[in-house]
Amino acid sequence: MNFSRKALIGIPYVWLLVLFLVPFLIVFKISLSDYAISIPPYTPTLDTTNGWWAGIRELWAGWDFENFVFLTQDDLYWKAYLSSLKIAVIATLLTLLVGFPIAYGMASAPPEWRTSLLMLVILPFWTSFLIRVYAWIGILSNEGFLNQFLMWTGITSEPLVILNTDWAVYIGIVYTYLPFMVLPIYSSLEKLDESLIEAALDLGCTRIGAFWSVTIHLAKPGVIAGSFLVFIPTLGEFVIPSLLGGSKTLMIGKVLWEEFFSNRDWPVAAAVAVILLMILIVPIVLFQQNQQKQREAAK
Amino acid sequence: MRKLSWFNVVSLTFGFAFLYIPMVILVVYSFNESKLVTVWAGFSTKWYGELMQNEAFLDAAWVTLKVAVISSTIATVLGTMAAFVLVRSGRFFGRTLFSGMIYAPLVMPEVITGLSLLLLFIAIGMDRGVMTIVLAHGTFSMCYVSVVVSSRMATFDESLEEAAMDLGCTGWDAFKSVTLPIISPAVISGWLLAFTLSLDDLVIASFTAGPSATTLPIKIFSSVRLGVSPEINALSTIIIALVAIGVITASIASKRAIVRQRRDEQVAR
Repeated sequence: MNFSRKALIGIPYVWLLVLFLVPFLIVFKISLSDYAISIPPYTPTLDTTNGWWAGIRELWAGWDFENFVFLTQDDLYWKAYLSSLKIAVIATLLTLLVGFPIAYGMASAPPEWRTSLLMLVILPFWTSFLIRVYAWIGILSNEGFLNQFLMWTGITSEPLVILNTDWAVYIGIVYTYLPFMVLPIYSSLEKLDESLIEAALDLGCTRIGAFWSVTIHLAKPGVIAGSFLVFIPTLGEFVIPSLLGGSKTLMIGKVLWEEFFSNRDWPVAAAVAVILLMILIVPIVLFQQNQQKQREAAK
Repeated sequence: MRKLSWFNVVSLTFGFAFLYIPMVILVVYSFNESKLVTVWAGFSTKWYGELMQNEAFLDAAWVTLKVAVISSTIATVLGTMAAFVLVRSGRFFGRTLFSGMIYAPLVMPEVITGLSLLLLFIAIGMDRGVMTIVLAHGTFSMCYVSVVVSSRMATFDESLEEAAMDLGCTGWDAFKSVTLPIISPAVISGWLLAFTLSLDDLVIASFTAGPSATTLPIKIFSSVRLGVSPEINALSTIIIALVAIGVITASIASKRAIVRQRRDEQVAR
């Protein structure tokens, strides 16, 4: 192996080891430590005054799974994990409900429009996430545009309370993650051959039957991929629940943030992170397998 | 060719209205005279004026820009290298770990990435500031860059490079004059992606920034928590305008590059 090949592999490798793997190991280590009023605020820390070996042995002896036991006993964390899962599932379904018709419409549009439509879906994705979430505060608040509109049309006489509820969180997630749902569904529907639908109709299918057995069937890989792409990041979402959600909206990303910045309990924050990752491994592995299957099917 | 059904037309209209109306409202009300964001009181550009005098925002904008330029450049270099490793290097010791480390940050919740990097910086006693944000952003952005570049490289015809080497190019020359021009659209869009990811990031920057360095998203977040303000609308409008101009220019440029490249490839045949 020559030098340039070594450098090519080595530089990004070492970079990722130091700035991705090692930090994660540190999180794991701290999740086994105990909270302490000191700097840094946890114990034990590596103390090498009696030599490295003694220090490491002491460190090892001080580690335990106390924080994890604490997490399972305290209601707050249980509920936060469950409510994050619930919010992520419902938000994913809602995004699918909103995104599928858009993707279907794009795929049915004349080919010369498609590039522009695609551009229109991607453009908001490049604009600031924070700003897109912020935009909804002015729309959903009690004096906001939505309530002004609803009261002007006479649909409601009282302002609807939406901001600072779970509904605002759902709207925020659907809005910001919509491109992640639309793009994969669009790319699997784009390949849809119109003659397949005609064949189904010729063979006696109703329009709805043909739509169900041809279009939906072909869209399935895109639907699955899109759902994972929305579900995985929303599970650990922080910005949306903290800006649009209320004090009752429990999401684990927010709990972790508060545990770290407000309570300054680093070991518990680290344990929350470790469990969140363990929960995430399931959908990530499923997603990987799905992608792998698609790649093989494409060959 | 099938015609658009009424269902398609309705869903496209509503879908794009849903995507764009919030941003249009944001932009329109940045020109509002009133301090109340939801009541229209006449056209005015005074919030832009106030924004230009707000030292805290200007400082934060400068920090953000600096971080974004440096970190996305680092990310592009490292990400392109990583893409080469993924597509070209074949088998080597620890390859699975390598590709795992490339893909994992893409699905890692930001709160965990931020927390873990902060704990690293504290463990090694590094002062938090612009430097730490740059390192953090460079790391997660390089993964995005390498995904973008490696998907372009997967379709790259290696014989072109071999031909250049046969004609007497050194490996580096062949890279510079053959490979780089072909993958450059992907490298540029990787840079742009890294740049916008860095501009936009709130969570990771909040963890890794010190008191000496505040980025624009951190500043926006803390003022938005206190409520909506027309100044933030004005700032948002500027950002939306810059992004729209940037994305449209980039897509036109890359389309031209692709057309030119196809022509070159045809001439070469």
